[in-house]
Amino acid sequence: MARITAGVASSHVPLLGVAVDQGKTNDDYFGPIFKGYEWTKEWEKQEKPDVVILVYNDHASAFDMKIVPTFAIGCGEHYKSADEGWGPRPVPDVVGDPDLAWHIAQSLILEEFDMTIINEMDVDHGLTVPLSMMFGQPDEWPVKVVPLAVNVVTYPVPSGNRCWALGEAIKRAVESYPEDLNVQIWGTGGMSHQLQGPRAGLLNREWDNKFLDMLEQPNDDARWIPHIEYLRETGSEGIEMVMWLIMRGALGQKVKSLHRHYHIPCSNTAIGHLVLEPDESETQEKEAA
Amino acid sequence: MTEKKQDRINIHEYLAELEDIPGTRVYTAARARKGYHINQFAMSLMKAENRDRFKADERAYLDEWDISEEAKQALLKRDYNTLLDLGGNVYFLSKLFSTDGISFAEAVSTMTEYSFPEYRDMMLKGGRSPEGNRSIKGGY
Repeated sequence: MARITAGVASSHVPLLGVAVDQGKTNDDYFGPIFKGYEWTKEWEKQEKPDVVILVYNDHASAFDMKIVPTFAIGCGEHYKSADEGWGPRPVPDVVGDPDLAWHIAQSLILEEFDMTIINEMDVDHGLTVPLSMMFGQPDEWPVKVVPLAVNVVTYPVPSGNRCWALGEAIKRAVESYPEDLNVQIWGTGGMSHQLQGPRAGLLNREWDNKFLDMLEQPNDDARWIPHIEYLRETGSEGIEMVMWLIMRGALGQKVKSLHRHYHIPCSNTAIGHLVLEPDESETQEKEAA
Repeated sequence: MTEKKQDRINIHEYLAELEDIPGTRVYTAARARKGYHINQFAMSLMKAENRDRFKADERAYLDEWDISEEAKQALLKRDYNTLLDLGGNVYFLSKLFSTDGISFAEAVSTMTEYSFPEYRDMMLKGGRSPEGNRSIKGGY
């Protein structure tokens, strides 16, 4: 059976992709950011996941205002890097896992999550920057990817509770897939940032770190944070953090925190990164008793 | 940080709260509807041939779109705060930033009280504090 073996959270600032593509990851500005990902790069080499379910948001690249799906799952064979106005990032094509993706899509719909199915699209920095942060610059990405796009731009975006519940349903979907696969789930975006209006540039180190603390705890308190709190405390684009809750919801109640990194600033944004592992020790003990 | 979940969210209260954040235009359905053609115009700049046509004659290119004169003027002046008021969204408007060849951060800085070097400096020092910037009514 397939299993979700770990959850990874990471910001996906486009400038990080520029730093990778232009070889600037060791300079004074980017060095401290990329240093916090070294541990994860080594860990990923040991873990060798087969598939990553990559939760991200599209930034007016694949979707414009014609269609705004709340939750959309990529069931295609492969995805190209999107041209976001500067030409596409020079990264390998992203290879999908249509069998697993369709299995998850069907399972989620049967669980009453009415997913939008995508068979063809380009993927933007929201998806390719986390791949670069975790895997560097390989000729081919070492994993297959199931893209899961969330609307966090047009309000109302999905609630934290709905995102968490979606994560729980994804866990059940993966565990009912017969093939023996090592699956990770990544939640991307955030942390605090505001890219618009006179309040632009807002960052909130204290709140961001409280949020990181919450995700490490053996409870689901974070699912109840209302939208208005993200907006007031973390800036208008800090709402992307609801995508981290999909990842966290898919890990079960108790987790082990393997790695944590926080840095201010990267361009307009606070960088946050977390690596979590499901901890089912207590559950197993109970079952054994 | 967490409150007990309400049984049901009141949509009117929910939408009213979104308007209570200083210096912020949350991209609500009302703004999305108002700014639809501004944002779709910006999306058209994803294609190189459209960027070339726009750069050759901005006014003529804008006249092909169902956009108000006020919004056309704001687009020509790159007045991004006015565009937010008219329903523009920053991820769409960013296609215009890249058409102009300026960075996201530089374009964002034009919406604030700071010049770009001052804005960069603020970010390096930890960004804008949320203190006093959370609520218009509450003033906290």
